[in-house]
Amino acid sequence: MEVQVEIRNEEGLHARPAGAFVKKAAEFKSLIEVHANGQIKSAKSLMGLMSLGLTKGAQFKIVAQGVDAADAVATLQKLVENKFDLAGHA
Amino acid sequence: METLSADSVGGVETGKVQALKGKSASAGFVVGQVLVLQSDLPTVSQDKIATPELEIKKFEEALLAAKEELNRLKIQAEKTLGLDKAQIFDAHALILEDPELLDPVKNKILEAHVSAAWALQQTSLDIQKIFQQMDDAYLRERASDVQDVTDRVLRKLLGLSSLDLSVLQEEVVLVAHDLTPSQTATMRKEKVLGILTDIGGKTSHTAILARTLEIPAVLGLKKITSLLKTGDWVAFDGASGEVIPYPSASVVQDFKAKKEIDLKQRKELESLKGLETVTADGHKVHLCANIGTPVDIPALKKYDAEGVGLFRTEFLFMDRPHAPTEQEQFESYKAVLEAMGSKQVIIRTLDVGGDKEIPYLEIPKEENPFLGLRAIRYCLRHQEIFRTQLRAMLRASVYGNLGIMFPMISRVEEVLEAKKILAEVRQDLESQNLKIAENIQIGIMIEIPSAAVIADVFAKEVDFLSLGTNDLIQYTCAVDRMNQEISDLYDSYHPAVLRLIANVIDAGKRHNAWVGMCGEMASQTDLIPVLLGMGLEEFSQTPTAILKSRQMIRSLKLSEAEALAKEVLSLGTSSEIQNVIKKFGSEI
Repeated sequence: MEVQVEIRNEEGLHARPAGAFVKKAAEFKSLIEVHANGQIKSAKSLMGLMSLGLTKGAQFKIVAQGVDAADAVATLQKLVENKFDLAGHA
Repeated sequence: METLSADSVGGVETGKVQALKGKSASAGFVVGQVLVLQSDLPTVSQDKIATPELEIKKFEEALLAAKEELNRLKIQAEKTLGLDKAQIFDAHALILEDPELLDPVKNKILEAHVSAAWALQQTSLDIQKIFQQMDDAYLRERASDVQDVTDRVLRKLLGLSSLDLSVLQEEVVLVAHDLTPSQTATMRKEKVLGILTDIGGKTSHTAILARTLEIPAVLGLKKITSLLKTGDWVAFDGASGEVIPYPSASVVQDFKAKKEIDLKQRKELESLKGLETVTADGHKVHLCANIGTPVDIPALKKYDAEGVGLFRTEFLFMDRPHAPTEQEQFESYKAVLEAMGSKQVIIRTLDVGGDKEIPYLEIPKEENPFLGLRAIRYCLRHQEIFRTQLRAMLRASVYGNLGIMFPMISRVEEVLEAKKILAEVRQDLESQNLKIAENIQIGIMIEIPSAAVIADVFAKEVDFLSLGTNDLIQYTCAVDRMNQEISDLYDSYHPAVLRLIANVIDAGKRHNAWVGMCGEMASQTDLIPVLLGMGLEEFSQTPTAILKSRQMIRSLKLSEAEALAKEVLSLGTSSEIQNVIKKFGSEI
């Protein structure tokens, strides 16, 4: 399972959005990866994600393998599209 | 010169080290003995180990112990610093579960048979390097978080105790390169007399914390950690940023006396909270505050500001890779408006250019930035940023009593255009059924002589005029306020400056626009009687000056201040004016 997403929040994949993403990813059993700029990082790694340095407008792929892969991909896609559900926390 | 050993404290000769000057971060006088916080760990050696499995087990135990410690720190920090600041420990705990950290450490142990400590330190340095190379300033700083948390595990591995500031027994002055979040969150604050650091400035994490906890602090001293040793004596003045290592007995005495006077004055000022700012003969004026971000809200309450006369929004735009979004701005404006309730909050639209550079706005390098594409000039040419800001302000308006102020106005056409854009933004929001407050006062900064001269024309267009004296002086006297060579010519007592101010106040009175002042002059104690006498209605000051000004105004009579203003305005030189003001000051 995989899906292409784009970062919409202004600050990009900073600590808080990346933290929200990692926490969500950790809820799934599947192996989940983020593919961006030719690099592959675990979706369950805060530092891995942050080290990609993804800013607003950046595209990346969420790739999952495992029993709950479909659910994981859909949930994480929604999280990114909803700007990590962090709106309102300026 | 003072005699040496007899007149020194702590066994170190007086005068051996010169007084230092750092960045004032939190006011107060301090004399005390130093505790130097060393952030450096001993270098770990690359020892071979025989039993990798055992080493992995040791590593996992250290991780667990560190996580438990983080959890305790978080609970403690929630109590002392609030939920928001305690979240840093959650992030740290997340790092300790991160495969990007754990996998390389374990691999190194298993494959290279190195100690857990060595493997961890190397991995941490590798990760820090990645962060340090990032384009984004924010991400670059995250390297220090990685270090803070991996050092915690390293200490567990090496059997070193983390210096626990929550069990401080003696009163100390903390000296550190910078305080880590875990240190500030846990220190036993009643034992911390003061804080001195190598790095950091007025808005750094440590500075904000010091002010919140009311601990005097001077930051950015560069090499204070190598200069002072634990147990050394030091005296410092948090307000001026002056630090005296190894103070002589007379300096100690002097500082102790100042501290006492300071505390007594603070107590006196405390009693003025909640009282009106009214002269002895019953004339009321408003004492408001200048602020930069919602971080300043506690100070507004603490010093009993009667409103916000200037909310400088440029701080929201500085030190970041791109402009704040409408939502972010909205949250900031709303926070301040809500905190002030019915008291007016005047938000100034973006004032960039001059000495305030914001890289992503791409203002080209100018020969004379102070005379260039600044503030309203920029906003009217880059309306997207301007409109976004106005939208955020209008949306926030329902949460309090908003006033909007345009900076750097030099011609009436600019006010007309800014007002037109504001009306369009309002209409647009209303067409989306968004609620906006009915009565929002509109005003301008008077900081350019051309505006001061025709203040009467402006007064007909706006609800208020606010004098920005820092620029008004520099433009009136043609003195670059950054140029040290001619700083003596930058003169708030110049008769032209004072007459321009009087002209603006008169124009406001004639055309029903109230007149305030948000520049430095409004906090200049000796000038307050003159400005009061000219008829100034609002003084907007740095929050810490408010209670002192209230004390002074309550002791004045308007009739006497008016006589003083009249005399001042009749004089032709700065020195005559200063003499008259000095004489008045000595008589009250």
